[in-house]
Amino acid sequence: MLTLNHFLLLSAALFSVGLAGVLARRNAIVVLVGIELMLNAANLNFLAFWRFSKNPEPLAGVMFALFSIAVAAAEAAVGLALVIAIYRHCRTTNLDQVDSLKG
Amino acid sequence: MQLAFTIIALLILAGATAAVALRNLVHCVLCLAVAFVGVAALFLLLGAEFVGLAQIMVYVGAVAILMVFALLLTRNADLPATGPLVSKSWLTGVSIAALVFGCLAIGILASGVGQAAPPSPQLSVRQIGEELMRNYVLPLEVLGVLLTVSMIGAVVIAMTDPKPD
Repeated sequence: MLTLNHFLLLSAALFSVGLAGVLARRNAIVVLVGIELMLNAANLNFLAFWRFSKNPEPLAGVMFALFSIAVAAAEAAVGLALVIAIYRHCRTTNLDQVDSLKG
Repeated sequence: MQLAFTIIALLILAGATAAVALRNLVHCVLCLAVAFVGVAALFLLLGAEFVGLAQIMVYVGAVAILMVFALLLTRNADLPATGPLVSKSWLTGVSIAALVFGCLAIGILASGVGQAAPPSPQLSVRQIGEELMRNYVLPLEVLGVLLTVSMIGAVVIAMTDPKPD
């Protein structure tokens, strides 16, 4: 029997994996990968709560997830553009080496 | 349903772990696409078919491909992928992530929200479209502006090259 707990635990695990990637990896693109995983965990939570609630408004959860996906797409585009700009400037995407404010 | 959930959950967690742990960055992004497909399958399992299809189109079709392009544009051909994979403070980062998962799991298990699902709501794409054009038309317009602004911003940030070489 599937309950809300299953989805919430999976979502928490997905979020933690993404957070570990963001905090531990050196490459900027893998950090963005981790951020996308965390956003996906949030979307999963939205839809799980929508599905397992009593649905006073039957479309609210779906709309929330759709808008969240669209904002995440905009975030990914700007984030990757920033990574490319940093690479142009510093010739590296290694976050340990991109540590000067005025270069 | 339980079996499908278990398989998809294992697929998502394996894909996500591989996406943040592998050394080859192209493999990372491909594993990320696998995790995205798994999340889309969970959306289908939850009865949100339209969101699942949007997830596949936006994440697998656009975000993962965009990441591959960014990867190829920022690849150092002369530098082979050597050196440590993780940053200097990786142990702190992984501990923080484990701590966050522990807190979230304790909170979820102690909250007592584990109720069974009510009967699945029937949603058609027509309903979603009508709702978007009625109640959610202002957020939709704002979202259109946001996407336009971010597209222009991404082009401006990525295309200006102050030092042409």
